[in-house]
Amino acid sequence: MMSFTSIAELVALAEEMGQPIADVVWQWETERSASQPEAIWREMASRLAVMQQAAAQGLIQREKSFSGLVGGDAYRLATTNSFIGPVVMRAAANAIAVSEVNANMGKIVACPTAGSCGIVPGAILAIAEHLQCGDDKLVRALFTAAGIGEVIAANATVSGAVGGCQAECGAAAAMAAAAVVEMLGGTPRQSSHALALALKNLLGLVCDPVAGLVEVPCVKRNGFAAVHALTAAQMALAGVESIIPADEVIDAMNRIGAELPCSLKETSEGGLAKTATGIEITERLSKPN
Amino acid sequence: MGVFDIVGPVMIGPSSSHTAGAVRLGKMARTILGEAPVAVTINLYGSFARTYKGHGTDKALVAGLLGFSAEDTRIKDAINLAAQANLHVTFRIVEGGDFHPNTAQMQLKGISGKSVKVTGASIGGGRIVITQIDGYDVEITGDYYTLITLHQDKPGIIAMITQILAQQNVNIAFMKVSRKQKGVQALMVLETDHPIPEEVLAAISPVPAIESALLVKPL
Repeated sequence: MMSFTSIAELVALAEEMGQPIADVVWQWETERSASQPEAIWREMASRLAVMQQAAAQGLIQREKSFSGLVGGDAYRLATTNSFIGPVVMRAAANAIAVSEVNANMGKIVACPTAGSCGIVPGAILAIAEHLQCGDDKLVRALFTAAGIGEVIAANATVSGAVGGCQAECGAAAAMAAAAVVEMLGGTPRQSSHALALALKNLLGLVCDPVAGLVEVPCVKRNGFAAVHALTAAQMALAGVESIIPADEVIDAMNRIGAELPCSLKETSEGGLAKTATGIEITERLSKPN
Repeated sequence: MGVFDIVGPVMIGPSSSHTAGAVRLGKMARTILGEAPVAVTINLYGSFARTYKGHGTDKALVAGLLGFSAEDTRIKDAINLAAQANLHVTFRIVEGGDFHPNTAQMQLKGISGKSVKVTGASIGGGRIVITQIDGYDVEITGDYYTLITLHQDKPGIIAMITQILAQQNVNIAFMKVSRKQKGVQALMVLETDHPIPEEVLAAISPVPAIESALLVKPL
């Protein structure tokens, strides 16, 4: 049975088989779960549909979340004049859209977590729009992203409570970067550089949500991380390489996560949560109606 | 972990632990009651107590009590839907308590007057564990087919139950027996690898030493 425990092994498998990472991961999941390949494809396609629906809803929805802290920013971005370019703008708007839907109790796909749910769809949907491509390419992109997430989860963590935000938004950006490279015709090796570059530059990112909510800074951070993933993909496609290989970056992320104090790992006992405004919001929201 | 644990689960936001997990806790409490609840008092502890409003934990618990799944888009309106369904829910914020940070204690009264007290915690990623039923310590995750029995605490009862499961070719993955006092009453939870056929319940329920038996499907 096919298996991989590292990014290096995943890339080697793809190179041996002469297939993109997406197809290797699709086949791996089919074998692992003893299912039919078509059934696995359909399940991934149904998750894509949830992502597309969430992004579409978030781009027009202007409602605030229950806390009143977030809502309406995706709409703001999507309807303003862009100076940073349409693809970048769209990725940010999509990612914020999905995260706003999440904050507003809408339906999303955790990818890899609910807190980072906007990043992968944000980036890949913007690229699909740019390429004017069909859903098949997007389903493949999700398999690629899943393969990368799989290795990160197995060798490090994708939990903010365990590794800080680098483990959630960092992992999501890495997943998105590798997927975008493949959507644009890059090689498995370029995907591995893209994910290494993306993760490397989010190392140490802390999880310090105000009032414990998946809102501040999470929603806007999803927008930033989607753009970050595009930048990493663009660099890798241009031939820029990460000096530190992907697997070593993942290991570094894991060690940094272990060394981060608990106050910066989803406990809301440090960072932004403990700013004057953060404390004021926390107190306001904890009062009974 | 498979690819759908990474690209997934599909859920209603904003938090897998405070929303998706809370729905599953409510749904499990309803299943343990075994009928539609009409009145529920919910004590919230720890992080549930502090952040329930922003995470919609209250709505999520109520949605679960109404029998909704974690991906039901009606979760957001669960409080109104509960009122329409004549389900009366009261929330209480409890300080302290030696509990997991995301714990809810639910006192349920059912449509036939039956009642049960269920305590459970949301332990991350939408996963839950029910830790107490009517004062008995249990460990139910909702990931397995589960048989729960309340029976007289005397020799042979557990052997009889496991024998019936063996006859149906059901393999036991985990089991836990708990009691408050020696020789009176015991509560047993059996989690199995295979679906538990209704025949098991039909064979166990009439036995005089069995006070109640319940089958729970994976959530």
